Amino acid sequence: MNSKKISQDTVVYFINYVLLTVFLIIVLYPIIYIISCSFSSGDALMSGKVRLLPVDPTLQSYRAVFKYSSIWVGYKNSIIYAFVGTVISMVLTLFAAYPLSRSDFRGKKIFMVLILFTMMFSGGLIPNYLLIKNLHLLNTMWAVVLPGAVSAYNIIVARTFFDNTIPKELQEAAEMDGCSDFKFFLMVVIPLSAPIIAVLSLWVIVGLWNSYFVPMIYLDSQEKYPLQLVLRRILLLSQINLNQTNIDPEMIRRNQYLGEMLKYGTIIVSTLPLMIVYPFVQKYFVKGVMIGSVKG
Amino acid sequence: MSNKSKVPKISTGHRKTFRQYFRAHWQLYAMMVPPIVMLLIFAYAPMYGVILAFKDYKVSLGIWNSPWADNYGFKNFIRFFNNYNFKECLRNTIVLSIYSMLVSMPCSILLALSLNYAKNVVYKKFVQMISYCPYFISTIVFVGIINMIFDNRSGAIGSFLFNNFGINVLGNSSLFASLYVWSGVWQGVGFGAIIYIAALAGVDQEQHEAAIIDGATLLQRIWYVDIPAIIPTAVIMLILNMGGTLNIGYEKILAMQNQNNVAMSEVINTYAYKVSLVSTFPDFAYSTAISLFQSLVGLILILITNKIVDKISGKGFM
Repeated sequence: MNSKKISQDTVVYFINYVLLTVFLIIVLYPIIYIISCSFSSGDALMSGKVRLLPVDPTLQSYRAVFKYSSIWVGYKNSIIYAFVGTVISMVLTLFAAYPLSRSDFRGKKIFMVLILFTMMFSGGLIPNYLLIKNLHLLNTMWAVVLPGAVSAYNIIVARTFFDNTIPKELQEAAEMDGCSDFKFFLMVVIPLSAPIIAVLSLWVIVGLWNSYFVPMIYLDSQEKYPLQLVLRRILLLSQINLNQTNIDPEMIRRNQYLGEMLKYGTIIVSTLPLMIVYPFVQKYFVKGVMIGSVKG
Repeated sequence: MSNKSKVPKISTGHRKTFRQYFRAHWQLYAMMVPPIVMLLIFAYAPMYGVILAFKDYKVSLGIWNSPWADNYGFKNFIRFFNNYNFKECLRNTIVLSIYSMLVSMPCSILLALSLNYAKNVVYKKFVQMISYCPYFISTIVFVGIINMIFDNRSGAIGSFLFNNFGINVLGNSSLFASLYVWSGVWQGVGFGAIIYIAALAGVDQEQHEAAIIDGATLLQRIWYVDIPAIIPTAVIMLILNMGGTLNIGYEKILAMQNQNNVAMSEVINTYAYKVSLVSTFPDFAYSTAISLFQSLVGLILILITNKIVDKISGKGFM
């Protein structure tokens, strides 16, 4: 009887490993496929010969990416937007979160309601657009960076973190010693908050790096496009400009191949930075999700 | 009388007047100023801008000076409700949102359980790390990957399905919802599992030990010990998601949209975008009315669901 149960459990454990492995394959296959495609020849891509591993291995698609200048302009813009946006957002978020974490802070309720309400209701597309237009921010970096800088959700996560990690006695002792609130915030709270700063920064960076809708509606000139908008042209609209003045059919065919290869190369090149950073911050990331979900 | 004046004196250390408190802690208020000002400008000013929905917008006159719309200002709403697009948008929004909720939650729970019972820690950690990976792929790149893999000529899966079963995944509007939802699962399941993994870690081990002594099999323990333990979390997540039913991730939908699937992929948000910023005859007031309708329904749903969560767990946020 008992041994029967044990053997049944063994089977379940085994099936569980099979399930996990199937899951792993499902997650990994598209990623490996795209990587393999990026190393394959245009001919193999157009005829759909790639299944798992590269066909006719070549570095041509990466050469095409490196020569395609608008990708690098987009890269530069995205880095600038992500950096500036993250700094602004973090300063504002931490500034709001610290007073709200203090139990003695008077007027906390009013501020909380003011902040939480933005999570539940928003003006919508056109009022936002007209606001940016009236502020003369259209076609500037600030239209991308400022509107989302204060996120109610991030404030709540940071506040919860402060609440749980900064001992009240510490703040009271500092106050006795004549330490001002801002000095305490700068010298004690911030140094103790490295994990939450890392998590929130990562969220903001990922958000800014990956967003396309906001830049799409606010930015006109292509030299200001962040990477995602350049990618949108290449990947979704297939507007690839290889400076072709040639009308030789052989050239056109080759360029068509090159355009296809370019798509795969750009996917890898654009996603690589986050993929490299992510394993290092993974443990913080999970922690942040947990803090956030406790106070959904 | 004397009693009354004495009591506060003993506790003055805590109950200062607001003026005294402010003098001592003005820096806290100074810190609140920049974020609150930003919210007033970028969140509350557009809320004021929704009066545009009730106006007959003339660009030259601006929001405030434009005349009120007909039908006591509700012309734009009436027009939307009578439009044949209304039903379609509402249906698509609700279908995509509920379909995705019903699929992604069980998948997350299943993954969490599966990871929880993987005895090999290294393998478990590895699978978990890989499972978060897709989350970092941007919407544009992700949709680009979907288009490539499911292309019926050159894509690995698309050409297979097309050649063997005659299914054109990208060209078939009835498959749009499934493509949207299951690709969403692929991208988000690792992330969605985090919260359930934590819930499972909190399960009382004594219950498992007692169950083992009573001769329960692994499956029985999962069913009678683990599942009841994560149900509260699941219920709260479900209710919270209900609140956001209309706030569907339209960036991905917009990127996935093409002429073939537009009948199934037009949601309220994308429609509001199309009648205004991309239209040759942009109608800002109409678009604002559409967004406002969505925001109001969303607000009501959130308030209702929040009440429910509060009743169940005392974990509401207000």
